[in-house]
Amino acid sequence: MKRKILSLTLAAAVAASLAACGSSGSTSTTTAAAADTTAAGGETEAAAEEGAAETEAPAADGATWKIGAIGPLTGGTAIYGQAVVNGAELAVNEINAAGGINGYQIEYNSADDENDAEKAVNAYNSLKDWGMQMLVGTTTSNPCIAVADKTMADNMFQITPSGSAVECAANPNVFRVCFADPDQGAASAQYIGEHKLATKVAVIYDSSDVYSSGIYTKFAQEAENQGLEIVAAEAFTADSNKDFTTQLQKAKDAGAELVFLPFYYTEASLVLTQADAMGWKPMFFGCDGMDGILGVENFDTSLAEGLMLLTPFAADATDDLTVSFVTSYEEQYGGTPNQFAADSYDAVYIIKAALEDAGATPDMSVSDLCEALKTSMLNIKVDGLTGSGMTWNEAGEPNKAPKAVKIENGVYTAME
Amino acid sequence: MSFMSYLISGISLGSVYAIIALGYTMVYGIAKMLNFAHGDIIMVGGYVVFIVTSTMGMSPVVGILAAVVVCTILGVTVERVAYRPLRDASPLAVLITAIGVSYLLQNLALLLFGADTKSFTSVITMEPLKLAGGQLLISGETIVTILSGIIVMIGLTLFINKTKTGQAMLAVSEDRGAATLMGINVNKTISVTFAIGSALAAVAAVLYCSAYPALTSQTGAMPGIKAFVAAVFGGIGSIPGAMIGGILLGVIENLSKAYISSQLSDAIVFSVLIIVLLVRPTGIMGRKISEKV
Amino acid sequence: MKMAKAKKNFWQGSGLTYGMVILAYILVEIALKTDHMSSLMEGLLVPLCTYSILAVSLNLVVGISGELSLGHAGFMCVGAFSGALFSKIMKGSIDPTVSLVIAILIGAAVAAVFGILIGIPVLRLRGDYLAIVTLAFGEIIKNIINAIYLGRDVNGFHFSMKSEIELGLGEGGETLIKGAQGITGTPQASTFTIGVILLLITLFIVMNLVNSRTGRAIMAIRDNRIAAESIGLNVTKYKLLAFSVSAALAGVAGVLYAHNLTTLAALPKNFGYNQSIMILVFVVLGGIGNIRGSVIAAVVLTLLPELLRGLNNYRMLIYAIVLIALMLFNSSPKAIEMRERAAEWFKKKRQAKEA
Repeated sequence: MKRKILSLTLAAAVAASLAACGSSGSTSTTTAAAADTTAAGGETEAAAEEGAAETEAPAADGATWKIGAIGPLTGGTAIYGQAVVNGAELAVNEINAAGGINGYQIEYNSADDENDAEKAVNAYNSLKDWGMQMLVGTTTSNPCIAVADKTMADNMFQITPSGSAVECAANPNVFRVCFADPDQGAASAQYIGEHKLATKVAVIYDSSDVYSSGIYTKFAQEAENQGLEIVAAEAFTADSNKDFTTQLQKAKDAGAELVFLPFYYTEASLVLTQADAMGWKPMFFGCDGMDGILGVENFDTSLAEGLMLLTPFAADATDDLTVSFVTSYEEQYGGTPNQFAADSYDAVYIIKAALEDAGATPDMSVSDLCEALKTSMLNIKVDGLTGSGMTWNEAGEPNKAPKAVKIENGVYTAME
Repeated sequence: MSFMSYLISGISLGSVYAIIALGYTMVYGIAKMLNFAHGDIIMVGGYVVFIVTSTMGMSPVVGILAAVVVCTILGVTVERVAYRPLRDASPLAVLITAIGVSYLLQNLALLLFGADTKSFTSVITMEPLKLAGGQLLISGETIVTILSGIIVMIGLTLFINKTKTGQAMLAVSEDRGAATLMGINVNKTISVTFAIGSALAAVAAVLYCSAYPALTSQTGAMPGIKAFVAAVFGGIGSIPGAMIGGILLGVIENLSKAYISSQLSDAIVFSVLIIVLLVRPTGIMGRKISEKV
Repeated sequence: MKMAKAKKNFWQGSGLTYGMVILAYILVEIALKTDHMSSLMEGLLVPLCTYSILAVSLNLVVGISGELSLGHAGFMCVGAFSGALFSKIMKGSIDPTVSLVIAILIGAAVAAVFGILIGIPVLRLRGDYLAIVTLAFGEIIKNIINAIYLGRDVNGFHFSMKSEIELGLGEGGETLIKGAQGITGTPQASTFTIGVILLLITLFIVMNLVNSRTGRAIMAIRDNRIAAESIGLNVTKYKLLAFSVSAALAGVAGVLYAHNLTTLAALPKNFGYNQSIMILVFVVLGGIGNIRGSVIAAVVLTLLPELLRGLNNYRMLIYAIVLIALMLFNSSPKAIEMRERAAEWFKKKRQAKEA
């Protein structure tokens, strides 16, 4: 509350100084000077604010863990960032209620990156000012690559729940919970090939999105090895992602038996609706971004009947872990959690496992923690929502098996 | 045969652009401002219909009426609070406030309705029209959208040419100062323009969301800008121009996806727009601006 | 009359503008040296320079030349990609700072070429039509860059507009531009000092241009095109000059932007029309034609959302409200009148006190 008020007054101060300067050059000398002092004042005030936040911190014996999360909380991709932030928060609350990590409570904070690399670096810096020791994030690939270089410079431990581009985990201090894009593309092609689902395949992908085009590239390469024929590869962009009838029509005319959809479920729900309206019913195959399609409020799930997807997480799985996660997520945030929430929930537990393995304490420096965690990440084995017995290699990639599921009667059913 | 189906899907996409562009061009032509918040009023309309029909379970008719009422009030309020005080300031100042309003509506929607996608139930129950032995399919949404577009187009043209308020609008758009001298209440006229424009946004919202049923707080951003393009394409301020511009935009977009490159369709659409404007600097149906010394 | 006043202030003001930037630079450096600056602020220093350059350069088109351009981010994008591509190719073979300087020159040159190429056809259009065509160009640039794949191996460069596979790179090949993912691994060579120097150069170029014979010709064309034409001014030449200088400077800002982050992708957020509009917001809020105002507005509006981070979910909402309120307060005739009256009142009060 205090911080809110501070921010508000700050905004007012900035606003007032600006208003004073903006009115054309007539009152030049004094206003420019005023603007400068306010800008400088803004900095000290911001610093003071952070100081206050730090001293307010509750402490068990003077120390707490500080975990931060970053994701787009506003704008068109807010859905993914909010899921990540909520999932991590849920895990933090559970761990705190159960006595914390190595006996220390966790403090948690999140920041908005608007799905922009520059804003992500700002978000990271603001969390650093808050005193963050470990980062869960960022949510999307491009910002993640930018932030990964900053964390490497600071030698801070970073685990990205869902940054799936290869470069996201290229630095030694960055680990990943989800699959890398090429792995998913290859796994999808292999699955389709090995199970002889189809030989004529069409792909629709988002050419303006790293995730989607990354999966498509690898899928196309692997498809050749699997004897699959890609009869149509049609792109769309973030600026024209409503109408897919042309792409579907081309796929249909090319005689595709299966359509591969490596993108997120918001667009996928439109693809399925439009294919249905065309009266065309090929097989549809998706990736982990497709998970969540059954949770779209008011979506006619019968349209998704027969949809297959490779996903590490299914919200209606019946194991205890998933059930308790889904129930408490729904209670606290409303709505069914998607794969992003599960990934970040796991990320926090992975940090916990690694910290326990290292026997670390919060009074260690950020860099020491990172070094300890880097070693421990190779030792630990975590049973999480998105995979059981997950292990990590030095490249920061997880070792876990993607699960293929098929939507039957409106629910996920495990496939061979 | 496949050409026909590409054409038809282009027309259905274009008809949606057209109906949005009609409201856009109306405000644009008369109030002489780029209302960047128009798309977001469509988004608000979409949410109102969603809440009334899906959450509260009332009939679509109630939903549409509610959306029209809410959008009209919203449009007029926004005009009163954010645009009117800047009436005599630089036109760019209003443009910036419009952007502020657009941010405001998007973020308000994000806070109120959350980030997750809502699937809109189409309010149109019409069966698709089957041609050529079921080879070609024209969806009910397309037919209704085109029909509504034509009705709105004729209605607006009649309204502007035949009623006193409409004539006042024309006068205001022609010369604001002279209109005031003729005893026209400029503020009132512009308020009415915004009321009509926003009501049309509500209608567009219903049709747009029925055709593309994924509703998020960003739903209005892209159609807003496409409608702007369509309006300029057809000639700013020209009502039939907006209709033609919208449909052409949809057709070009889909044909370039089908025959040239689906990756570069945005670039192709915009290139065509540029060429059209270079050949006809005021759009397809635009009036020639005479230079005043 | 207003023009005359503005011009007088320019002469009084240009030194002041440099002074303001240099003073800010010194203050920041002191804060940095004495460790009084938060990481957030430190990270924002280069972006602040970038956006100030963008705002100043757009002001040249919008304020001085009087054309509404909504494609400024497109030029920034072209500059960013050409500069970053150069640095990526040269990475490891020359000193990063030298490479950055060359990259800046390349970025400026390429953006200027695009400015001329785009300027020739579009500057014939007026007002909103010009706005939409520049917006269209910005979107075309973004869309095409998202489809470019460029790789390099022992056989030289490979280019494709389709996908990475089609590059057919040989052993040890490296993808330089990877479609939607753009360029990753650009050296982080941008520093605050370089940013401030570039900003000062930008201010120098723009303010000198404005106060020169050419600048007066450009403003004459803005104020009355027909009159300017009738006294023999070459309208196209002057408009094109302003447009391409502005584009080149935007290219410089783009290079600065690209070298501040290790990843560069053409997304709607950073190079789309939204960004162009955001730069326009700086210009309008800072005062159309007011160069110093552009810098101040760019700084304040870039800082504002960051300072509002404490508000969490309400951040962007408050930002939008502040933006509207600022516009109303700054530009509405009523508010201006009110402000003047308040100033008058203060003056009187002070005089009364002195007496």
